[in-house]
Amino acid sequence: MSVTMDKVQQKEKMTDLMSKFISLVSYKLPDDVENKLRELSEEEDNRLAKIIYKTMFENQKLASELKRPSCQDTGVLQFFVKCGENFPLIGQLDSILKNSVYKSTQETPLRHNSVETFDEYNTGKNVGDGSPSIFWEIEENSDKVEIYTYMAGGGCTLPGVATVLMPGEGYEGVVKFVLDRMTSYGINACPPLLVGVGVGTSVETAAMNSKKALMRSVGSRNENENAATMERLLEDGINAIGLGPQGLKGSKSVMGVNVVNTARHPSTIGVAVNTGCWSHRRGKITFDSNLNYEINTHEGVTL
Amino acid sequence: MSKKVLTTPIKDEDLKDIQIGDIIYLTGTLVTCRDVAHRRLIEEKMPLPVDLKGNAIFHAGPIVRDLGNEEYEIVSIGPTTSMRMEKFEKEFIEETGVKLIVGKGGMGKNTEEGCKTHKALHLVFPAGNAVYAATSVKQIKEVHWKDLGMPESLWVCEVNEFGPLIVSIDTEGNNIFEENKIEFNKKKEEQYELISQQVRFIK
Ligand code: SF4
Repeated sequence: MSVTMDKVQQKEKMTDLMSKFISLVSYKLPDDVENKLRELSEEEDNRLAKIIYKTMFENQKLASELKRPSCQDTGVLQFFVKCGENFPLIGQLDSILKNSVYKSTQETPLRHNSVETFDEYNTGKNVGDGSPSIFWEIEENSDKVEIYTYMAGGGCTLPGVATVLMPGEGYEGVVKFVLDRMTSYGINACPPLLVGVGVGTSVETAAMNSKKALMRSVGSRNENENAATMERLLEDGINAIGLGPQGLKGSKSVMGVNVVNTARHPSTIGVAVNTGCWSHRRGKITFDSNLNYEINTHEGVTL
Repeated sequence: MSKKVLTTPIKDEDLKDIQIGDIIYLTGTLVTCRDVAHRRLIEEKMPLPVDLKGNAIFHAGPIVRDLGNEEYEIVSIGPTTSMRMEKFEKEFIEETGVKLIVGKGGMGKNTEEGCKTHKALHLVFPAGNAVYAATSVKQIKEVHWKDLGMPESLWVCEVNEFGPLIVSIDTEGNNIFEENKIEFNKKKEEQYELISQQVRFIK
């Protein structure tokens, strides 16, 4: 068998696996999210909130039994890729991911969420120019690839916000920016939310950090002590507002607050907020160079 | 407490005693109708191809399986943010005579007025529960405006005890989200005062 043949087959195999993985993410929430939702529902004593949680669990059960997308908004697929420099399909990965979204859209099925801008037509394929979104990181001395797969919904985590504060506003300004978002946009973004806060030097670095924050698991903590303190303070503070599921009041508001930070210019504090909804459909899969895979977010699942 | 089920066509009297925070279920006709459909009727003055009088609309974009021969099956269906339709909804209620507007999150002053004047309700279906919702859709009776693509087409559904639907605006124009917001904002200010003292990392 020729080497090129090999590559074609490998490409096919990976496309097939990724397509199945996307499908899995659409109907089954990751373990950390499921556990947190359980915990929140057990602590809840508001009448409406309890009924909503009950509906949520029944829905998730049905979705995984029937293998149907648990929420109709299967979002825009966003991939956060950390690719080893020696991963054999490094050059093919972009097209593999795009094709796998198309395939999964046919097979699951997923909703057609790709509208070409200015020409304003839905491609009907759920892929388009620059869609899915693929964000790259290259890792030295590795032949593996780690892929976070995220279904980013139009009413939660696609409309994030970012701004650049003046240092004089301090981290107090960051807190205000986050809290204001919770009582305006957050109410309609399907709480209990996973709140991703990005701190950096500009709008785009802060925005990227806030998205990466949503890839971190619920209950994890930032390694920086001050940042971890802010995560805890924000989490308790937003919970005290009592948005409840669907913003209809309840004893809590969020599954958690994750902060991801990078350095800043002395004159700026970039800050961004991304609100992940309760149906936080993210999954992490790692492939080795022979395309053996491991699913890190959904225990005991095979494709 | 017994389940409160409304059946289309719905009359003004049916909604009289229903208040914000109540939970109801719907049996009958429910038509998906969202951004562009609202825009077409109100701004483009295109007549709606379905009669909504006494019926219900759903701010929703479903996932539908095409079975061929103009037959379809709902795979997942759930609400989208209602607030996006706020700027059209009062006139929409006026023009169509629709009685129930089902969606996600709250709506504003315009819709409050529409609901009060024309005796209609805005209701929330807990979003993200699209398979649960799909199981109470008995069949898709018709589809219109397919040129808008799967999420935006008007899918005319026959539903059975569709819910839980939480009343967010009632026929008096009371608005549960607006009431909650006052409380949320007050608590937010308190929390800001508390937290901002503890994050003075720039010294
Ligand atoms: S916010 Fe999330 S759960 Fe709610 S409708 Fe959007 S994708 Fe679904």
